[in-house]
Amino acid sequence: MLQSKSFVRKTKQGKVVKVVREHYLRDDIYCGASFCKVCDTNGARFVSPGSTILVVDTNVVLNQIDLLENTAIDDVVVLSVVLDEVKNKNLGVYNRLRALCSNSLRRFFVFSNEHHKDTYVKAMTGESPNDRNDRAIRVAAQWYQNHLGSATKILMITNDRENKRKATEEGISSETVESYVKSLGQPALLDLLVQPHTSEDMEIEDLRPSKKKVIYTEHKPMSEITTGMRCGFYHQGKLRVNRYNPFEAYVGSESIGDEIIIFGRENMNRAFDGDIVAVEVLTQDQWLNEKSLHIADEDDEEDDGVHLAPSSADDAPRIANSAQGSSENANNAPSRRSGRVVGIIKRNWHAYCGSLEPMAMPAGNAGIAHALFVSKDRRFPKIRIQTRQLGNLLDKRIIVAVDTWDCQSRYPSGHYVRTIGDIGDRETETEVVLIENDIDAKPFTSQVLACLPPLPWSVSSEDLSNPIRQDLRHLRIFSVDPPGCKDIDDALHCTSLPNGNFEVGVHIADVTNFVHPGTPLDNEATQRGTSTYLVERRIDMLPKPLTEDICSLRADVERLAFSVIWEMTSDAHVISTRYTKSVIKSCAALSYVEAQARMDDSRLLDPVTTDLRNMNMLAKIMRARRIERGAITLASAEVKFQVDTETHDPLDIGMYQIREANQMVEEFMLAANVSVAEQILKSFPQCSLLRRHPSPTKEMLEPLLRTAASVGLDLDVSSSKALADSLDRAVGEDPYFNKLIRILATRCMTQAVYFCSGELSPPEFHHYGLAAPLYTHFTSPIRRYADVIVHRLLAASLGIYKLPPIFQDRPQLTSIADNLNYRHRNAQMASRASIELHTIIFFRKRPTDTEARIVKIRANGFIVFVPKYGIEGPVYLTMRGEKGGGEWVVDEQQQKIRKIDGSISYGVLQTVQIHMEVVEPQPNRPKLQLTLI
Amino acid sequence: MEFVSPEGLRLDGRRPMEMRQLRAEIGTVSRADGSAVFEMGNTKVIAAVYGPREVQHRSQQQNDKALIRCEYTMANFSTGDRMRKPKGDRRSTEISLVIRQTMEACILTHLMPRSQIDIFVQVLQADGGTRSACINAATLALADAGIPMRDLVTSCSAGFLNSTPLLDLNYVEDSAGGPDVTVGILPKLDKVTLLQMDAKLPMDIFENVMQLATEGCKAVANYIREVLIENTKELENRRGL
Repeated sequence: MLQSKSFVRKTKQGKVVKVVREHYLRDDIYCGASFCKVCDTNGARFVSPGSTILVVDTNVVLNQIDLLENTAIDDVVVLSVVLDEVKNKNLGVYNRLRALCSNSLRRFFVFSNEHHKDTYVKAMTGESPNDRNDRAIRVAAQWYQNHLGSATKILMITNDRENKRKATEEGISSETVESYVKSLGQPALLDLLVQPHTSEDMEIEDLRPSKKKVIYTEHKPMSEITTGMRCGFYHQGKLRVNRYNPFEAYVGSESIGDEIIIFGRENMNRAFDGDIVAVEVLTQDQWLNEKSLHIADEDDEEDDGVHLAPSSADDAPRIANSAQGSSENANNAPSRRSGRVVGIIKRNWHAYCGSLEPMAMPAGNAGIAHALFVSKDRRFPKIRIQTRQLGNLLDKRIIVAVDTWDCQSRYPSGHYVRTIGDIGDRETETEVVLIENDIDAKPFTSQVLACLPPLPWSVSSEDLSNPIRQDLRHLRIFSVDPPGCKDIDDALHCTSLPNGNFEVGVHIADVTNFVHPGTPLDNEATQRGTSTYLVERRIDMLPKPLTEDICSLRADVERLAFSVIWEMTSDAHVISTRYTKSVIKSCAALSYVEAQARMDDSRLLDPVTTDLRNMNMLAKIMRARRIERGAITLASAEVKFQVDTETHDPLDIGMYQIREANQMVEEFMLAANVSVAEQILKSFPQCSLLRRHPSPTKEMLEPLLRTAASVGLDLDVSSSKALADSLDRAVGEDPYFNKLIRILATRCMTQAVYFCSGELSPPEFHHYGLAAPLYTHFTSPIRRYADVIVHRLLAASLGIYKLPPIFQDRPQLTSIADNLNYRHRNAQMASRASIELHTIIFFRKRPTDTEARIVKIRANGFIVFVPKYGIEGPVYLTMRGEKGGGEWVVDEQQQKIRKIDGSISYGVLQTVQIHMEVVEPQPNRPKLQLTLI
Repeated sequence: MEFVSPEGLRLDGRRPMEMRQLRAEIGTVSRADGSAVFEMGNTKVIAAVYGPREVQHRSQQQNDKALIRCEYTMANFSTGDRMRKPKGDRRSTEISLVIRQTMEACILTHLMPRSQIDIFVQVLQADGGTRSACINAATLALADAGIPMRDLVTSCSAGFLNSTPLLDLNYVEDSAGGPDVTVGILPKLDKVTLLQMDAKLPMDIFENVMQLATEGCKAVANYIREVLIENTKELENRRGL
């Protein structure tokens, strides 16, 4: 069985060490053709004997992965040598290739040629690794041809001329990607091809050197970068482009411990958002220079759209340079380093969503047109593409991938990947939102659906007789949710006990009873991480039968639940807490409005209403106590759409109203989460999943303090308690003032994050916003995967189930937590983007005049916040293009903008009347414009 | 990191349940009473046994059974970087103890009272699983020295990476930080004489991993038995029988 041959391999790991590893060659690696007589056909992918089987080389995979993903390409052998090379060069492409290979609908087969006794090649003396790998590919192709016989054609795809020549010499048929795709006869596929920059092309361009101007400086070679970093000249970090100003980027550098600002595309030197770059810090006197330069050239293209009011510091525009906004103030030296990208260590190129810049149809040129692609996400530059179907694409949303960016071209060049749909169409735009936020909206696969219990499902007698499950059907349990909520994951009950205390229970849908660890259903949910709520649709984390029926704690049906039950005194002190799996039968599914109405209606004295009132009483005490501890009442400008059920068009839009009933339910959910957090951490100190909210730093609260100071408000931010108190004191003449300050405060804070308790020390577990030392998510397992994990932990801590093995693996748990944070954030971004989209649709037919608040002063106007619609956008005092807005003067200290003759002035937080209207400066690109009345 | 590819191959081309290639040679040190070289892949260990002989330090003499002593060392050239390893560091002391206890459990010490048996093992080349290789080498050397034993002791390790139980970890897999279960058994008597693990594993997984390691031990035992029979045949031939 063991066909072994050990060999010597040499690698470099900083210093040169000789690494000796065994390398076993085998005779049980199969060819993957189901018609093969010799090989084991288990897991075979190639089914038709007469077809052409492709063997691709590494560069084809690296460059043409979009083409490979197209279903027109099939029957591909992926050699392990290719996989290894791809993995080393580009992990993103590797993952995509792996996904292709594991997709049972595609016929991609991994052939471990490196471990096959006949296809293993030993490097010859003087042969470079690349040459050896090319030879390995040729040997494998040859083996396939001999193995499968002449009935099947083996075609090696390579763009390497030398490799192709050698292949032909050795009698292997080979073709370049271009000629192969052409031979398929599908012209649309040609757009997917990455255009190779052939040498002839260069020569043509060299003929007219005057035309070619070097725009960007050449990237430094890697060796120079590494030495530079060792000497401290250069700094490594991830480039993040300002979402609101694509000409400004930040590189967080560990070697400096601070962020380096990079102004302008030229200094960014062809780096994309997310790239790992090497940065050179400019000298201090250059900082200002760069800054003013950037202001000068930014005016052409900077475009601040109207967008949804940000809800936390993570999605708020960066305000790094606002303090130095007035560059006349020469002695006000910028406090932050600015820099210049000298090299790119790792690219983060992927596919981008957007549309083509409008252009006239060119005549002739064999139907190939050059077009500029504009990404929807403004952080990315325009991308040049070649297309043969320009007419089709002009008014479409398309996906484009980037291939190269040389220093002579202003924009990177890329290629077309696929079309999503018409611009402006709601479904297309929604899909763009989903793609941009990496949300999987595909229907669940049959494997996932196979994990569901058979329908119609009802509580079985085994469930009832199960000793771990307590029968709570006799309790008066009800749920309170937003109107129209179908995925009800929490229900409550509250009974008075004879001793004057209350028994309060929070019952959460028992999702883990149906989602078992390691099943396809569980893996899918882990990947999705959370449900996403868009204005007109919901993208579920779990399949619909579970979400809306089996798990949903609907009224008048028996459901399985996981319950937290407290005994509380009448002043809301918890005497005892217990946790149990249960069977419940909810007696009413109320909406917040209904619950509120019942509590307010003093004539009603039915049991449910009494329970509601008792709970409300307890919740108020708990809330007061929580605020006493320093919890901050945050505010966000949430809006709610009324959507037409037929057309899905928004009918009305308004602030989301928060009632006492909402706060009551929230209070008990918080209490349940805290109790559960304590319980799981006690049992599993190393592998609990908790949620923390880091305290905001001084710098993060800076904009809030500046705004507050300008209106004569003094906020104490030394602790969450102090901040909460001073927020309470901040009451102006008008009723909305306090809310506005709270909204601004919320915006300065980062979001809470999930983490694995073994990764941090207990003081870091703190949740700043809730002023709780421990917090987790337990109460919404239908729509959040974190809660599913917490349910498993809680069940294990009660000894109901064993802890799944995944919890033993801390790195894996951490990676799950990171994924949850990522998905959670993306889901939020997507729902915001969806609201923005619908806001535009809503105002398209309804130009409106409304009241707005100034939240930030800028050089040429100010940013206003429209409370009624929860949106934020710029109002320009000087028109764009109109140079020298000398009429207006900005007063930084006071946060005021004044007309030079002093006749009009606007200050921050002031109320203004504005007009809102959707305009289309370019066809098919509607945007919301705000103008002062 | 990916230790088992989706194709089911490990980094060196083995499948999860496969061992590295075994090789053994008996009688490599002619001065010793018994000696052997044992290889598991690139791990290479030499063992030499002296005794039973007179006890060196009278105070250590035991009147009812033989004294077993064991010394484990790693050659300076055994790993890639030629570091001078201090003799008697914690790790080698521990492994010496482990080997001594494992061997003591199978040597019929009561047959040789007031005597001493010395087992020296040295790692010539280390590539993971040195502990197991040392025990296997020591067994062969003891057999070569003709010391009465209850059974052969054989050892093998198994780990758990990428949610897969892996047999006979090599250095790369060993240093991945996962659990490493070393098992030593008396294959004929079906008894465990050594069981070590320095990580946490859920019980059911641990049982699988240990089962796998035990299978490995049995495979080693078969091989060792073959080698011994081969060796005995050769000895017979030399005597002209």
